Amino acid sequence: MSILSFEWTALLYLAAAVCFILALKGLSSPRTARRGNLIGALGAVVAVITVFLSARLENIPAILLAIVAGSAVAAPIARRVQMTQMPQLVALFNGVGGGAAALVAVLELGHNIDPWVRVAIVFTMLIGAVSFAGSAVTVAKLQELISTRPLLFPGMRWVMSLVVAASLVACAFVVATGDVGWAIALLILGLAAGLLLVLPVGGADVPIVISLLNACTGLAVAASGVVLGNVLLVVAGTLVGASGTILTQAMAKAMGRGVSGILFGAFRGGSTAGSTVQSDRSVRSSGPEDVAVVLGYAQRVIIVPGYGLAVAQGQHTVAELAEALEERGVEVLFAIHPVAGRMPGHMNVLLAEASVPYESLKEMSEINPEFKNTDVALVVGANDVVNPAAKSAPGSPIYGMPILEVGDAAQVVFLKRSMRPGFAGIENELLHSPKTTLLFGDAKDSLTRVLGAVKTL
Amino acid sequence: MDPVTLLTIVVLAVFVGFEVVSKVTSTLHTPLMSGANAIHGIVLIGAIIVAGQTTDPWLLAVALLAVLLATVNLVGGFVVTDRMLQMFHGRRDVAAAAGRRRRKDAR
Repeated sequence: MSILSFEWTALLYLAAAVCFILALKGLSSPRTARRGNLIGALGAVVAVITVFLSARLENIPAILLAIVAGSAVAAPIARRVQMTQMPQLVALFNGVGGGAAALVAVLELGHNIDPWVRVAIVFTMLIGAVSFAGSAVTVAKLQELISTRPLLFPGMRWVMSLVVAASLVACAFVVATGDVGWAIALLILGLAAGLLLVLPVGGADVPIVISLLNACTGLAVAASGVVLGNVLLVVAGTLVGASGTILTQAMAKAMGRGVSGILFGAFRGGSTAGSTVQSDRSVRSSGPEDVAVVLGYAQRVIIVPGYGLAVAQGQHTVAELAEALEERGVEVLFAIHPVAGRMPGHMNVLLAEASVPYESLKEMSEINPEFKNTDVALVVGANDVVNPAAKSAPGSPIYGMPILEVGDAAQVVFLKRSMRPGFAGIENELLHSPKTTLLFGDAKDSLTRVLGAVKTL
Repeated sequence: MDPVTLLTIVVLAVFVGFEVVSKVTSTLHTPLMSGANAIHGIVLIGAIIVAGQTTDPWLLAVALLAVLLATVNLVGGFVVTDRMLQMFHGRRDVAAAAGRRRRKDAR
């Protein structure tokens, strides 16, 4: 069908592009975020309707079927996924987007003989494939299907250099000849590059890589827009590429890392310091009753929630505990590290879900001076974000990351599953400090027992 | 498309992209990333155009795969972002109300 004229098509695409800009703008402020997202979705709907009404399309039933199938797969997963697994899902969606862009570019190869358009094609293919494979690795790491520690093998640096060189050669051949065989080789090389790029990234840095790959997919989509001569794809892709770059930098800054350090740190060596072996040094562990006394008679408690809390689905119990303590007149605050959980802001989402009042959630810069005047810091399932190794051990993979200064509190209570080191695989000196008490067990379980004990005080 | 026009569009879009997210708090990093992720699912448009122009069954199969993947990105992205934000807001208001109730009870 081509019901819409060229002008109307361009105007509707412009409207969709404006929707996307408003969506990103809205998502930058808590008050307008949800509306912003809905405006973005509206823009997408407008764009999809426009393409059906404007382009002369064959195979419409098959296309509609594929769209229905894709929606039927994606919507229920997105609606049902546990909030703890949401980072994986975002990474997965990002990866398939990159894959789609790469496939679009391959299919356009046959129609284009203009070398500049072919440059855009190889760019889309390469970046799309890197994004697809890289995202797959981040999903595997976040699901802990593979080790969260940096994965390296001898000579990896050389293999990586070889893959990059071969990719460039393949790019040149595709641009020169438009040969499909070379194009497929380029796709495979792109996938290999994606794997090699993300495998050496340590677990704690994975969220930043997801953000970076998100920006990459944006650029691939923009390039696919150049290939197809579609302004909407160019604008939307560029927007995501640019905003994704800023976001990646903001996240890396919150962790005190440089983006290149994250990607290539393990290659340079030194970033694999720290040990996965359990330490046999002594720690002081105690029962839930003791912890309840410590908390119940404190004047001010700061709770530091981490990923362990989310995994144990303990956010509702921790909210109840905070309420019980407040009823006893204890001041309770939550200290949220920017990368607590598996993604920046992840912990805020989880605690919001558990109805913890927004005002009790304090950001790192705001709360760090407060630990000095705090009786008890209660660390629930967090480790890396309170690990002083980030300040004191230059060889450590988390060195330079700003941490929550729980060591400044008069007493520190850790609720931990075991002595196993955290996601980044580094031992925590604070666990052996004389002012630290440990309560071992599943976070939700421990919280429930402490809550019970607080109520009987 | 005329390359200069294209370049103009790209450069302006880069600045808009930088500008709109420059002052975002870390609280919203995750939803923002997820929302941006949904937006690049618009590559669906490209996949639809390619699928609509091909007659070869093999190429059509590949193009339909692209349509499928792009739809997953687009639809899943917006739905999961909405879910995150819904939690943020709805519950926050509930929590605020609960907090007010508590304080009232205490008095």
